[in-house]
Amino acid sequence: MDPKKKTATLEADRESRPSVGPRSSEAPIMKAFTQRGPRVRVNKAYKMYVGGAFVRSESGRYVQVQSVPGHDDADPDTVNVPRGSRKDVRDAVLVAKNAWAGWEKRTAYNRGQILYRLAEVMESRRAELVESLVRGGISDVEAEAEVDASIDRAVFYAGFSDKYFALLASSNPVSGPHFGFSVPESMGVVGVVAPDRPALLGLVSTVLPVITGGNTVVALASEKDPRTAIVFCECLATSDLPGGVVNILTGHAKEMSPHLAKHREVIGVDAWLVDADLRKSLEHDGADSVKRVKTHVPMDPESWLDERRGQGLGWIERFLETKTVWHPVGL
Amino acid sequence: MIHENGNGSGTNGNGAQALFRPGLGGGGGVGRFALFEPPKVDAVAVEERVAALGKRSIKKATKVAGLKLAVTMMDLTTLEGKDTAGKVRQMCQKALRPLEEDPTIGPVGAVCVYPNHVPTAKEALKGSPVKVASVATAFPSGQSPLPIKLEDTRRAVDFGADEIDMVIDRGAMLSGDYAKVFDEIAQTKEACGPAHLKVILETGELGSYDMVRKASDLAIAAGGDFIKTSTGKIQPAATPAVTLVMLEAIRDHYYATGRRIGMKPAGGVRTAKQALQYLVIVKETLGDAWLTPDLFRFGASALLNDVLMQLEKERTGLYQASDDFSKD
Amino acid sequence: MSQSITKSSSDLSAVTSERRPTAALEFGHAWDYAPAPESPDHVRIDPKYGLFIGGRWVTPRSGRFFQTISPSTEQVLSEVAEANAQDVDDAVRAAREGYEKYWSKMKGSERAKYIFRIARAIQEKSRELAIVESMDGGKPIKESRDVDLPLAAAHFFYHAGWADKLDYAFQGRAWRPLGVAGQIIPWNFPLLMAAWKLAPALACGNTVVLKPAETTPLTALLLAKIIEEAELPPGVVNIVTGAGETGAALANHSDVNKVAFTGSTDVGKRIQRALAGTTKRLTLELGGKAANIVFEDAPLDQAVEGIVSGIYFNQGHVCCAGSRLLVEESVHDLLVRKLRDRMMTLRMGDPLDKNTDVGAINSRMQLGKIRELVESGEKEGAERFSAPVKVPEKGFWFPPTFFTGASQSCRIAREEIFGPVLTIMTFRTPDEALEKANNTMYGLSAGVWTDKGAKIFHMATKLKAGVIWGNTYNKFDPTSPFGGYKESGFGREGGRQGLAAYVEVE
Repeated sequence: MDPKKKTATLEADRESRPSVGPRSSEAPIMKAFTQRGPRVRVNKAYKMYVGGAFVRSESGRYVQVQSVPGHDDADPDTVNVPRGSRKDVRDAVLVAKNAWAGWEKRTAYNRGQILYRLAEVMESRRAELVESLVRGGISDVEAEAEVDASIDRAVFYAGFSDKYFALLASSNPVSGPHFGFSVPESMGVVGVVAPDRPALLGLVSTVLPVITGGNTVVALASEKDPRTAIVFCECLATSDLPGGVVNILTGHAKEMSPHLAKHREVIGVDAWLVDADLRKSLEHDGADSVKRVKTHVPMDPESWLDERRGQGLGWIERFLETKTVWHPVGL
Repeated sequence: MIHENGNGSGTNGNGAQALFRPGLGGGGGVGRFALFEPPKVDAVAVEERVAALGKRSIKKATKVAGLKLAVTMMDLTTLEGKDTAGKVRQMCQKALRPLEEDPTIGPVGAVCVYPNHVPTAKEALKGSPVKVASVATAFPSGQSPLPIKLEDTRRAVDFGADEIDMVIDRGAMLSGDYAKVFDEIAQTKEACGPAHLKVILETGELGSYDMVRKASDLAIAAGGDFIKTSTGKIQPAATPAVTLVMLEAIRDHYYATGRRIGMKPAGGVRTAKQALQYLVIVKETLGDAWLTPDLFRFGASALLNDVLMQLEKERTGLYQASDDFSKD
Repeated sequence: MSQSITKSSSDLSAVTSERRPTAALEFGHAWDYAPAPESPDHVRIDPKYGLFIGGRWVTPRSGRFFQTISPSTEQVLSEVAEANAQDVDDAVRAAREGYEKYWSKMKGSERAKYIFRIARAIQEKSRELAIVESMDGGKPIKESRDVDLPLAAAHFFYHAGWADKLDYAFQGRAWRPLGVAGQIIPWNFPLLMAAWKLAPALACGNTVVLKPAETTPLTALLLAKIIEEAELPPGVVNIVTGAGETGAALANHSDVNKVAFTGSTDVGKRIQRALAGTTKRLTLELGGKAANIVFEDAPLDQAVEGIVSGIYFNQGHVCCAGSRLLVEESVHDLLVRKLRDRMMTLRMGDPLDKNTDVGAINSRMQLGKIRELVESGEKEGAERFSAPVKVPEKGFWFPPTFFTGASQSCRIAREEIFGPVLTIMTFRTPDEALEKANNTMYGLSAGVWTDKGAKIFHMATKLKAGVIWGNTYNKFDPTSPFGGYKESGFGREGGRQGLAAYVEVE
């Protein structure tokens, strides 16, 4: 073998694939590993994210997701993502339930650190997230704006984890010899039905405030672009977020969301759905266990990008309880 | 030291050993007791409870019966430097027949005087059921050597006192020298012989209900027949809340041993209404058995006239004037 | 009374050398209290009440009236209109008009003054209202007089002050009132619940249609008179009486923007279902099966008071009642003995007697439910103790009762009895206490008794309930948010947090 030739190949290769990071300083050492000729790409199997692991649907079913035509990425035009089932919802809820005790017990500071770590990981995967959104059918410019807003949203909630408490808690001046205070507390497992669009920002904006408050989440990803949700899951998996705190299922909201609404272990549902009948049936089914069901007609993309409308204290507050504590004051 | 005499003869075998197992003795003879952990008291709830009991509505026949009972529970007291034989004799007259017009009222439970006046009182009350109580043990501070306190006690008993009202050493209590407190009570009880021993905790100096409870348990375990709130020389004296805490100690002792300890709130009980409130507290904490002068006394001087006024009001339907009642 | 106590003395800890197991306190009738009834002669109850709609008293379109009786005597107190769907529609229209014409246009500071007026009038008429509350609902006068009435007035006072300070309430976020609120309240604290509902709604600029419970409509109607005398603009508060159908008509009315309900979890779920697919806002304050946890280091005598007020206050008709007593096993026998002695002093009878501790059960129906559950407890093998109170001949009564030897799986340990019935169970470790306490679909309240501060905070953090009482129980205050976790409902009442139920916040 001719080492020089291999180096040349590597250099040439790098030029044609700008997405590969600069490695020039390492080049001499890499020589021995340089391949000859084009290589066959390894395709990624897109899986759901449950309990910190990437899993297929127990049902074995899948949904084919097409990339928009004309995309020049090496990724295949069609990928198969799992079509989650009732049992997948059940399993994910159980995992989320088990993760809750540990997550709510974390200090607010620690939750903030983890959310900030998530933002860091998203930033480092920015290009990949953008690429995925573009393959999902939006323009480069839109995709970049969406990813940037998503990362910034993670930073926003990272910094909120130890602040909302002070804004929502109170010391209650009761009329008697008692000290009383009220504090916000997480609720438990919250089911999120993310909007179809924006696929990433919608998911990030709905999931992060809920976990910022100490809840754990089972989220149904956008049906239109589940692939980007899975890339986001890879960010979650490589941040320091404990497994099970966020679980993301792909498939049909119509099929899975009723099981979120009916599952007695789920305390709240936040559903962003166009389908009015489905919204109504989720509210109806949730009543069986007095669930906190919030349904919404999805906002337009601009609103999701808007810092006043797409994020805030209210988003965290929605899935918090208020706990009031009394104690006598006396000798 | 305590393990020599803490379970001494004066304690009526009430199980003091179990309460007092010496822990690590501190320096200077200070003994702390590993097992001496009286129940905790929640101040707010105690005060709420007595406030609720204070709202019992005591009307008509109940009121008359309660006030008449209260009269029989009174330890009519004079504890002043200016006490004289004359004063004591007048008080004894009042004790025997509180209201000239109504022989069904009284006599009171006891008169309470300094040791020097015991013979006078004894003489004045001869043949009556009215007991003579004497304060002793370097009343009111208790800050004298034990032999003097014991001698004080023995003299009062020798003079004829039926009951001895002793004070505990609050300094010892507050410095954690429970052994000393216990020991003094036990020895005083021994010195009492046949006389009944009332142990004054001086709750106004103890600082908290927890400490009142602790002192109550000590006094009971060491052989006191009665526990009593106050000397009358320190404010606050008796309060309903402090009385309730002490009654709870009595109740727990009764649960554990079946022995009935008496209770005497002293000082601060001035009105008939207050007296009825105390009776309600006793009735609803310890039940029927304690509604007797044998187990409940009021240490007071001004109270009697107010009770008499109220009784007259109930009898006549008219509000009374204080000058209608003799001030002995 | 005393025989069964003997067994409990076997476990006393501290003083054991000369135990006399037969020692029992006697609570007989030495120096018994004479009757001390609160005189109702200054109280005015009309023979017949219409509906209060649009500031006027109107005859119901239904043409129907129903009787409200005193549960302690079964005497008819008055006849009350039964509002049908049309009447409810009238009331909602009036409320809408009141909202558009007056209330939404009024400055907060002006709204405040009307609400302050209501508070003052309640104070002025407080004895009359207390007497009527006790007559109509059966609760002891000492509770209606010392708890319900002062708190009702306080709720109006507190919320009146918020009316012009709402810009401060939501951390700078913009807010607006919701519009017309339909409020359905229960029979256990009739006037107080009306206050809890009306005061924040009005302060936040909403108008209201309120439906009191069918067994206890009178104080709400007296409150309507107060509102009339306070000259609130017409339609701002409307009061429609009736039973379940009236409530359903109100909740389902299409022009209601907000439904607030306090009552059973079953009905709450029905309302939540009915509101699916609408834009109505909903808050629910539902049932409970609260654990009252007593550790061995607790101030036991005061814990007994907390247990008694936790379950026998208002005959146990309290959603946050401490109906499950979890006792650390080492003090179980002593605590039960203390509790039993304490219960011997409870006085059941005439609600108007100032010395009555336990009044009448609110209705024949509720009495039946309590009896049924108590029977199930006996069948399931739990040991029952009932205070030996004299039961009056007329009226609905149930003696203060507790069960020992029950397990978590018993119906009396799981279902809300809503009566003076306590289920006592033991635990060995704090974790076990927590597990048992949280092992319920409810999550309204809980009590913890221990002298150790760190333990209180640990337990308070881990208990899944909206209100935690540490070394106290059944305390309420308008400044203090109240409401449940899980199937005890959602939303809070009281405090700054409670305002959120009546505004839309950005």
